[in-house]
Formats: sequence, structure tokens, C-alpha cells
Amino acid sequence: MDLRTSYLGLELRTPLVPSSSPLCESLDNLRAMEEAGAGAVVLHSLFEEQIEIDALSITHYLGTGTESYAESLSYLPEPREFRFGPQEYLEHLWRAKQALGIPVIASLNGRTGGGWSGFARQLQQAGADAVELNIYDVPADPGVTGAQVEERYLQIVRTVRKSVSIPVAIKVSPFFSATANMAHRLVEAGADGLVLFNRFYQPDVDLNELEIRPRVLLSTPQTMRLPMRWIAILHGRIQASLAATGGVHTHEDVLKMLMVGADVTMLCSALLRHGIRHLQAVKTDLERWMQEHEFDSVSLMKGNLSQKSCARPEEFERANYTKAITGYHLKL
Amino acid sequence: MTVRSEAIDGNEAAARVAYALSEVVAIYPITPSSPMGEWADAWAAEGRKNLWGAVPSVVEMQSEGGAAGALHGALTSGSLATTFTSSQGLLLMIPNMYKIAGELTPAVFHVAARTVAAHALSIFGDHSDVMAARQTGLAMLASSSVQETMDLALVAHAATLESRIPFLHFFDGFRTSHEIQNIEILDEEDIRAMIDPEAVRAHRDRALTPDRPSLRGSAQNPDVFFQAREAVNPFYRDCPSLVQRVMDRFAARTGRQYRLFEYAGAPDAERVVVLMGSGVGAAEEAVEELVRRGERVGLLKVRLFRPFSARDLVAALPKTVRTLAVLDRTKEPGCAGEPLYLDVLAAVAEADNEGFAPWKERPRIFGGRYGLSSKEFTPAMVVSVLAEAGRDRPRNHFTIGIIDDVTRTSLPWDRSFSTESPDTVRAVFYGLGSDGTVSANKNSIKIIADATGRHAQGYFVYDSKKAGSMTVSHLRFGPRPIRSTYLIDRASFVACHQENFLDTIDLLSVAEEGATFLLNTAVPPAEVWDRLPREAQEAVLEKRLRLFVIDAYKVAQEAGLGRLINTVMQSCFFAITGTLPAAQALEAIAASIRKSYGRKSAVLVERNVAAVDAAIAHLFEVSTKDRAVTAHARRPTVPHDAPVFVQRVTAEILAGRGDLLPVSALPPDGVFPTDTARWEKRNIALEIPSWDETWCIECSKCALACPHAAIRAKAYPESALDGSPETFKSMAWKGKEFPEGTRYTIQVAPEDCTGCGLCVEVCPAKNKSEARLKAINMTPQPPLRETERLNYDFFLDLPEADRRHVPAETVKGSQLLQPLFEYSGACAGCGETPYLKLVSQLYGDRMLVANATGCSSIYGGNLPTTPWSVNAQGRGPAWSNSLFEDNAEFGLGFRLALDQQRETALALAVRLAPELGEGLVAALASAPQSNESEIAAQRARVAELEERLRGMTAPEARDLLALAGSLARKSVWIVGGDGWAYDIGFGGLDHVLSSGRDVNLLVLDTEVYSNTGGQASKATPRAAVAKFAAAGKGGPRKDLVALAMSYGNVYVARIAMGASDAQTLKALREAEAYPGPSLVVAYSHCIAHGINMTLGMQQQKLAVDSGHWPLLRFDPRRRDAGENPLVLDSRAPKIPLKDYAYRETRYRMLTSSRPEEAERLMTLAQQDVDERWKRLEEQVKHGS
Repeated sequence: MDLRTSYLGLELRTPLVPSSSPLCESLDNLRAMEEAGAGAVVLHSLFEEQIEIDALSITHYLGTGTESYAESLSYLPEPREFRFGPQEYLEHLWRAKQALGIPVIASLNGRTGGGWSGFARQLQQAGADAVELNIYDVPADPGVTGAQVEERYLQIVRTVRKSVSIPVAIKVSPFFSATANMAHRLVEAGADGLVLFNRFYQPDVDLNELEIRPRVLLSTPQTMRLPMRWIAILHGRIQASLAATGGVHTHEDVLKMLMVGADVTMLCSALLRHGIRHLQAVKTDLERWMQEHEFDSVSLMKGNLSQKSCARPEEFERANYTKAITGYHLKL
Repeated sequence: MTVRSEAIDGNEAAARVAYALSEVVAIYPITPSSPMGEWADAWAAEGRKNLWGAVPSVVEMQSEGGAAGALHGALTSGSLATTFTSSQGLLLMIPNMYKIAGELTPAVFHVAARTVAAHALSIFGDHSDVMAARQTGLAMLASSSVQETMDLALVAHAATLESRIPFLHFFDGFRTSHEIQNIEILDEEDIRAMIDPEAVRAHRDRALTPDRPSLRGSAQNPDVFFQAREAVNPFYRDCPSLVQRVMDRFAARTGRQYRLFEYAGAPDAERVVVLMGSGVGAAEEAVEELVRRGERVGLLKVRLFRPFSARDLVAALPKTVRTLAVLDRTKEPGCAGEPLYLDVLAAVAEADNEGFAPWKERPRIFGGRYGLSSKEFTPAMVVSVLAEAGRDRPRNHFTIGIIDDVTRTSLPWDRSFSTESPDTVRAVFYGLGSDGTVSANKNSIKIIADATGRHAQGYFVYDSKKAGSMTVSHLRFGPRPIRSTYLIDRASFVACHQENFLDTIDLLSVAEEGATFLLNTAVPPAEVWDRLPREAQEAVLEKRLRLFVIDAYKVAQEAGLGRLINTVMQSCFFAITGTLPAAQALEAIAASIRKSYGRKSAVLVERNVAAVDAAIAHLFEVSTKDRAVTAHARRPTVPHDAPVFVQRVTAEILAGRGDLLPVSALPPDGVFPTDTARWEKRNIALEIPSWDETWCIECSKCALACPHAAIRAKAYPESALDGSPETFKSMAWKGKEFPEGTRYTIQVAPEDCTGCGLCVEVCPAKNKSEARLKAINMTPQPPLRETERLNYDFFLDLPEADRRHVPAETVKGSQLLQPLFEYSGACAGCGETPYLKLVSQLYGDRMLVANATGCSSIYGGNLPTTPWSVNAQGRGPAWSNSLFEDNAEFGLGFRLALDQQRETALALAVRLAPELGEGLVAALASAPQSNESEIAAQRARVAELEERLRGMTAPEARDLLALAGSLARKSVWIVGGDGWAYDIGFGGLDHVLSSGRDVNLLVLDTEVYSNTGGQASKATPRAAVAKFAAAGKGGPRKDLVALAMSYGNVYVARIAMGASDAQTLKALREAEAYPGPSLVVAYSHCIAHGINMTLGMQQQKLAVDSGHWPLLRFDPRRRDAGENPLVLDSRAPKIPLKDYAYRETRYRMLTSSRPEEAERLMTLAQQDVDERWKRLEEQVKHGS
């Protein structure tokens, strides 16, 4: 069974790619992912802002209370060397590259222009096969227009594109007014691939404490409908790879995504919930299904149900909504 | 040889040489010498090598006594070793100093000379410590400047090896140890060139080794001890000339010539002043000026004080000398004269007796004292002394620098005399502690010294508070070397970085005519003049000052620097003074920003550089032309109803005029009144808590957590509300303890609050319509100040709850008791003081406190005010600090005395029973005193006894009257930090625990030496960074609680208020009630942890949740009831240690500096936690 696929110009042995998550912080986990059949791995994100916060916080607290009282002019020794910044991440990336045979994709969340370009360059130098840009913000400012948000995305892609020669993927938000157009412009700006979609963290309410809590919700299979639609729409219409992320839990989910046009499918919540060995199960099931249904290769099925290739392209557009609801009522 | 100049302080200068020439460095923190050990530890942590290519072993010991012991051992075993110390630390080393010298062992003790505690402790500089060590046999070499400190440090190391006599190299604490000067740095080759390798080899050959066995430390008998002691004489005889040869060799290499005794002044001087240490700088300026004016005066600088060479001293003096004025920076009450005076007297007499005198007529000699505890010593004072020397009968045993109106020892001096050079820029900066002023000034010194090659000097004065304190920076820059070892009193530039200082002190008194005044203010330039207090306006007009203003907080805030205004103010200084050309200055500041912050954060570099540009754009000159003085005057320092002592003494110190207080104003025995902090209204909070009674659940946790007793609870009858201010708030008391209609109020003390926010963080009550708010919320202080001040005054006048009926066993109830520890100068959000305040509420009216030296002795007893207060009956905590090392024993002494007094009183009462009444005496002897009601009843009996005794005339009755108070129960509290309890005082603490006596030991455990600036103690946990553990503490923390429990008959508790206030209260009450020794170890979050102090109580909870700090109580009384004495009050760890630890900079910084080591140590630290928890569980399961 030929599971090979091409993503960002990289040849992958399977379309199963564990996406950026805390699991990727451990080398042992990365090895286990490779053993379980991953085609590539996306490391957890390097957050420029976190690096800044760490540096500012330590600098702040090293100075707190100093030069106030003659006996205690400072409270902590100040090391000559600080390793704020991406060193730890770069070392992990480098070790991952040494340990794994599959491509390693680094993930980057910058804050400043210099951060995006500088860190991207360092990721390339540390051996990343590609870089995935994790643009993670909530445009909460009522004064910021959609056009400005879009321009910011494009600017980041252009900046990084200029800084590195490795492929660049961008994990995009589903909240653009014109998703297809935006995808097109991102590719024009230099993106080699789009990862659909970034599932932003959504905070929760703690009723006992009357506080807002950062409680992460794992994805469910329902989550995949949104990326599936857009992959179907974009497949064959833009000159870039497509990665499906969000709600991919079983071999069937993988199959659906591939058929609508994804080059790879990314798994995160399923691995967090069931462990890394779940990847092996998905792969086995995928192979069995393909065998049973006489699909020799992934490339054969890729995009066969995309909007361009399917029998009823309008199903991916508005008409689909009415029918679905009607069908739901009929089942009651 | 290229000469490299660098701006460093005296401590660093000494430490650089000592480190390069040592293999073993034994250290212990003590101000002001701690930075030498800190440098050594930091260099070792980064792998810096000594002259022989190895990284020295830098070992922190449990005390200076321990450091001296380790030093002695290392020396005996053939290593080159050094130590650093001051004051009491040096005193603790004395026994070993005799040994080290007696065995002719080369070593150097570098001492930042500091006052020895007598009537009071002082961290400042004088020679009372080194003079107390002059008899030990160590050679003593005195440095008088930062340059000399580096140079003579090397001379000392070279000379000790060649002479075999150990050296004490000293320089003045703070004045030299902390003064920054740009000096010529000795590099490794200079150091190597001065050290005789043969002497090093000879030292190693003398090592104690089984390869060449020898015996030392023998016990000798009357037959030979004396002769053997005299056998060292040749070494001492030859030492002075040897030292001079070393100095000559040094001069040949560096061009800086030193002499054992060095004369400066007129060659034909008749009057010569003799002194050593930093005062030499001021004296030299004075003498030069007088010589310029034609006076025949001179100065003899003493460098080698021991071995004292009378011949060299005499030879250094001009033959014409007729009067010698000898100045000692120490006091020996009851002596024939202070040490240097006596030595000079003896030397001169010997010169005559033994025929080496150059003079025809023996000069007169008189002596006096100056500069105790860093008292200012100026050229004007030297002029006064030299003038006295010209009198027919100079006043002997004089003092200079104070006004002695009691025994009239003091000489007057002319304050207008000045030797300040007109080409020296003199700048004085008033800043708020930690606002960056001092660090910016240190930085400016380096910039100016580097960029212009000019000479630069910086000296920094701090006040006695840890929060909201004022810093005063004194900077001089000039083309000539700066020897002015005194504060600037005629500044050409004055900067006030904190506007409200203008309302409290006369900071423009230091400005000279035509000086520039820079004020940081939020007031727009056009309105500034009218907002200045009248006194400041007068000074500006009279002295024709140029006035510049900037809103530095705004500029800093906009640049993203928060309240750090250092870069902004520094830029303004350069822009106004033109010390450097504008472009060059700004570039130099930017370069220094990149150097300081570049390795940490690019963002900080960006923000600071932006602030430099913005600063200049926001700097305005305010025209003072045609300005008139307006009416707004400063508030009096203390209100007119303050007690007389507070008005006459305390207020003067508060106003910065303490130097002017005469001797008669001060108690001769160090006994001061308590209850004084309330007169010092500091107004340091930007925001204060505001109570919203709508949502309050009356838990009183806010009052409990407040470190400063600045938020309080009261329950009182409704009728007491009559006449309350309009904005005074109250609500119905919700408990059943008091009658229907009782009201309850939470009130803030707006002018005493430090704005730490701990109270708001612990408040559990949410505002249900706006969840971000609670039942108390931080609110800007200025608009509330006046109304809340009135409310607070009203609140204080409300009746206190009757202690007999207060449910003190509950947190809520405990907070109705009046705190007798209030408004301390501890850090805002201090983790220690809430415990002390709680104890003062529970037992303050009957407690004696023995307080170990440390943070608690500083915020508890550092003048001008004390937080220990009194209640309406005049009762309150009685407090004393003896030393650092002896506190447990000191407190035990209290108990012994109290018990003995009670015994004596009872014996007398029994004898007088027929007259006093058998019933009263029997009740006094046996009535229980276990609760407030019983204690109140006993006090009533004591009062009755005293009343009856007053009517009796028998001597026994008078004796009993003096002791009657001892019949009412007293509570002894022995308080201190972990440095005391785990390290230096552990031996005594252990002994007191074993004594069986009824004392309560409260350890305020911050896991680090907080007061001396964060050095590791044995309480410092593994994986945390501290000074002296700069590479992360490698070993686990000592389990003091487990050690104390091992006695079996000691009450032991481990508490953390932020994790369980109920357990804290319970433990303190049980400890006090336990009729034997009790040890309570209290987790105290601390600024030295590098945390947001507002979240201190949350951090305490995490410490417990992670298992780092398991709460427990071990009560031997439970064993008597057949139960396990150990009760665990917290559950099994529920979060990993790192989830607690990495919220603190002390742990987190290691992950940035040494990530692998951080990971390794954290793994081990987690194991420590797991294993200890397992042990505790076993103990609970199987019994202790």
C-alpha cells in the first residue's frame, strides 16, 4: 500500500502528521511518533512573546527591591550569561533532526518583524525541513479593519519568505471574510502550504470562582467539517500544499480529508486523548480500508472529492446547509 | 604595561586581588563586606581561575567563626586562603586569628571596617571592629581609598607570604567598600609579579601532611609556653621593613608608592594630624588648603598599624613638629585613650627614651574621636582639629563631628570651610529606592570615566526603610583625582526624582549658588512653580537656581518601562549639565543600554533607547524670573500632639536633621520608647484598598494578611458610630459572640498602607455584579487620602473589643484584637510581618521579644521609629536585639529571669502573707492563667497586691513591689530568620530547645539571608539560586522541623499563612500554650525570591500544594493522651514542585543561565519533596 504523499515539496512516507502540541516537547515522544508511522512531525511553537516575557520578567525581578536599603542592595546574583531566547528550542529541533528520519517541521509564533525573520532563519539553520507559521492573535481592537488583519498576515509571510529558503506553511484562521481569496494571496506572498485551520484557544468560565480560566478543549470529529469544506474548495485552485488539522481522529477522518484534497492530515487531540500509539492504529486502519476499497495509493484518492472533482460541487456551498437541517428534522 | 582604568568599588577592588591569590575562600555574609564574598562566589560559579589556573573553592560557612575555622584548616593544610568580614563577624573570628597568627600562617583577612554593636547595632563604618582585633598578632594594613584598597590588598597578600604573619587588610565600610571610583586596575601580570613563588612553595612545604607528619596545636605548660610565645619575635621585628620592601617593589611596577607611615604637608610643619582609613582623603584636602594659606601643618597617614613600628612613625614626621593630633575612628569607654593615640604616645615617648627622636623638644600629643558609624568627617573638621592643636592647651580626648553638650568633648567646626575644587562637577540625586536612580548614576560614572578619562566618584546613601525608601547619590567628576571622602554639601546639580520628597525634607540645602535643579514631576511646567512648597521656592530664588522639569514617569510609561525612570533621568542629567557633548552622551547612554540589557532582552534595549530620545523632548526649563514665593508650606514632620521625645528626637531624624541632635538628646543606654511608627506618615502607596461592605463576608482575612497593620477590623456597639465621618462605612456583625446591633468595619490606614495589595488578593468575596471586583479593591490613594485619614482616626477611637470575649481561636476573631506591631518599614507585601503582627495581637500585651539580627530586627528596631506599639493600658511588646548568633540564648535568659523573679516574688509574698492576706497570696501563686479572662483576673490581683504593698514600708515589701509584675504571666518569643535559626544560631537554638523552658521560637523562614541581600542559608532549597549559591543550591535544605521533633518534648509546627490561616493561628496558639519550648517555622515569601509580592500568599499555598512546605503540628501533649503527637495539616502533594518553583525568579533564572543544571537540580528537588512526604506519612501512620 503506497501511503506516500507530498507536502510542501517534501516527500512523506504517510499523510499522518502529528501537529504542534506539547507532546512534541519530548524527544522520546517524537521517536514514538516516527515509529507509529508519522510522515513528518510539527514541533510545538516557538513563541517570541514568551521569550520576551521571560526576559522582561527575570530582568524585572532581578531589579525589584534593589538599591533601596544599604544592607541588601540586591537580592539575587546576576549571571553573566543569560540564555533567553530560542536556544533551548533550537537545541531540541537539532536533536529531533538527529534522532528522526522523517521531516521535522518547526512552528513559529512571532511578535515583531525582526522576531519572525530572525527566528525563522535560526530554525532553518538548526535543521528544520520546513517552518509552519502560527499566527495566533485575536483581532479584538474595534479600530482594526479586516483589511489590516489580512495585510498583517501577508506581511508576515513575505518577511519569513525572504528570510528562509526552506518551505513555509502558514496555519491560517478560519475567520476571514473571503477565505479563498485570502488563501490565494497568502500563496502569492510566498506560502508553500496552508494549514487549515488554527483552532484558537477559547477561554472558559469558572462558575465557582467567577473567573475566566484557560481550559483547553480537545477537538472532536465534528471540528473537521470546517477545514474539510475549505480544503475541498481550495484543492486545485491554489498552487500550494494543503494540510488538514482539527478533528482528525480516525482513519475515516484521514480518508475524507485526503479525498477532499488534503496533502497531509494532522492529528493532535486524538494523540493527546489516546496516546501516540493511536497513530499506529489509524495507519493500520487506513491501510486496511484502502485495501478493502482497492485504493493502491494515497495519491490516487487525493482530491477525488474536492469541489472541482466531486459530482455535486454545490454541496460545499450554501445549499448544503438547508439540506442538512431538513435531514436532521426528518430523523426525529 | 598598559594602564587600565575602571570604575569599581572598594569591595570589588579587594575581592579581585584576593580571588586571584586564593585557593580557598571561606565566607559568611555580613554588611558591608558581603559583596566581596558574593563576587568570589559569582566568579567561581562562572569558572574564573586564580593565579595558579584553578577555580578557588568558595565555601559559605555557618558563621564567621566557622569561616575562620575552615580558613585555619585550609591554611594549615597548605592552601592559600582568604576570608572577608566586618564587625561582629570579625569578633567571631578572633579566637582563630590568635591561632593562625600564633602558628605563623600566611593569610589575608579583608575587612570592610564596621561599627561593633554596643548600645545599638550599626551597619556603618568605623574602626571599632578592627581595633578589637589588634591584639591577635595579625599585621594590620589600612587602605584609605578604592585605589589603595586594590593596591594594598596585593601588598598584604605578597607580604603575608614573605613574612609568614597573617594580615588583616582593612578599609572603611561603605565609605570605601561601597564608594565607586575609576581606578587603575591591577591585572593578572601585576599580581603575579608581586608574588614570590618561593614563598608560596615554602607555605605549601609547611603543610600538615602524613607524608611529612608534624604536630600542631599542642598544649603547653608553664615551663615552655612563655618562651615559645616569644619565639615569634623576629618575625614581627622584621615585618615592617619587609612590608616597606614589598611596597617599594609595587611602586617600581605601578608607579604608586606607599609607605608604612606617609607624611603629607608642610616640610616644616608644627602641627600634624595622624589618622588612618578613608578620613585621610578629607584630611589631605584640608592640609593642602591650609599649607596653601601658609600654615605649618601636616598629615601623617598610617598604613601599617600592626606590627606598629615606632621608628618608622617617628622617622616619617617632620623634625619641626610640635603638636600631634591623633584621630581614632573608634571608642573605648573607660580607656586611657583610643588605640592609635596610645600607640603614637608610646612611640614618641620611646623615641625620646631610646634616643631615636629627631626633634629637640618632644611634641605634645592629644587625641580624639571622629567618624563613628560613618559619621561625616570633612576637611572643615580637620581644620578644627589642627586649630585646636595650635592652642596652648588643646582639649584632649575630644570628639569632632558631633555636638556633645553633656561632657563637652566636642570641638566646633566651621561648616563654611570647603576644599571643593571649582572644576569638579558635583551632583546630588534624590531617588526612590529601586527606581533605578542609583544604578543609573553608577552607570553615568562609568560613561563619564570611559568617555572623558576624567576622574569620577560615586557614593550612595540609603535610608532605614526597605519599602518606599529614599536614596541619595553623590557624584563628583573632575580633571583631578578625587579624594573627597565625604558627602557633597554644595552641589552644582541637584535632581529630585520623587516629587513628594520636597514635602518632607530640605533637599535644596545641598545646592550651591547658581546650581541647576532638575525635578521629576507630573505637574505641567507652567504650573510647577505654584505647586512647589514655599521652602523650595525660597531656596530656588535665594540661590538663583535654574529649574528644569520632566515627567519621567510618563516618558518611562510610554516607552514601556513602567516606573523605571533611570534612563530618562540619566539622559536629562547629561543634557542639562553638558558633561559630555549631547550627541556623544546620548550615544554613550545607548551603548551602555545595549551592554546592560542586550544579553537579556532586545525589547528592553529598544524601550530604553526610545526613552533616551523621548526624555530630551519632554525636558523643560521653568523660568524663575519674577517669581514670587507662594503660601504652600511643608507639613510639620510629626503632628503637634506627638510625645515630647518624638517631637524632639524622632521628628528631627525623620526630617534628615539627625546629625544635628546633641548628645543630650539621646539615651545613654540605648533604651528607646516604642509606639513611634504611628507618627511617621509615609504616604508611599500609589493605591490603597477600598472596602465595599456590600460584598464583605466578614472573614477578616485582609486584616490578617496585611504586613503593615494598615487594614484593620473592629466590632463595636452601634452607639459608637455617633459622630462618625460621612464616608465612614460599617455593617452589621454577623456572629453571635457580641450583642445584637454590634457593627463591623474594615478600615484602611491610608497614609501607612504600602499599597502591596496582599489584602485584595486574599479577599475571597467577589462583587457579584462585576466579578473583577472584590469586597476590597485597590484604588488610587491621593483622592482618598484625606477622607480615609479622618475615617481611620475615627476608627482608632472606636472602642477595642474586650479581649476576654473575643473568639481569638478563629481567624475572624483574632483580627478583632489590636495589633501591637504596626506600619513597619519592611518591604511592601512582606511575608514575615503578618506572623509577627498576629502574635502581637494574640500576646502583645504580655510578650517579650528576643529578636535575632536580620530583617526583623531592622524593620523592628532601626531608628527612627519602631512598629512595636502599646495598647490603651500602656502594655505592649517589649523588644530587644542582642546579636545574630545568640538570640535563642538571649531569649532563654528572659525566661530564666522571669521565672526567677516569679519565684522570688512568691517567696516574698508568702513571707508577707499575714499582712497581704493569705487568700490573695494563695490566689496569686496558684490561679490559672491560661486564657484572657484568667490573665485579666491575675492582673487585677497583682494590681491589688501592688496597692497593698504601696502602703507598707518594710524593705521586703518594697522588694516585692518591684517584682510584683512578674506574677502575671509573660510570653517569651524568640524571633529570627533562617540565617539565625538554621546557621549561625543553630547551636544555641538547639540548646534552648533542649532546655525544657517555656519559650516560643518563631522562625520567619525566607529560605535565604534576606537582610544582607539574599545569600544562601541551610534553609535555601535545592535548585534555587542565591548569592553564595550562584550556580544553584546543590544540596537539599535542612529539615529543622524534623530535627526539633526528634527531641520528642518540643512543640513543633510548620505553618504558611497563605496556605492555611486557620492552621497558622492554631499552631501559634498551641505553641504559646505549650508549657515547654516551642518551635514554629513559618514560610515567609520574600522579595529575595524574585516574586510579585502581591501574590505572596498564593505562592505560600503553592508551596504547600507542591509538598515543598508540608503543614504540620507536633504536640507532645497528644502523646500523653495516647495519640500520635504528629498531625499533618496538609494533603499529599498535588502539583509538581516546578509548578510552584518556576513562579519564582530564584528558581527560574537558573533555567535561563544553566538549563541543564536547572533540570538536574529540579529533578533532585522533586525527589527531596517526595521522600520527605513519604517519611512524614510513615511517621503519621506508625507514630513518632
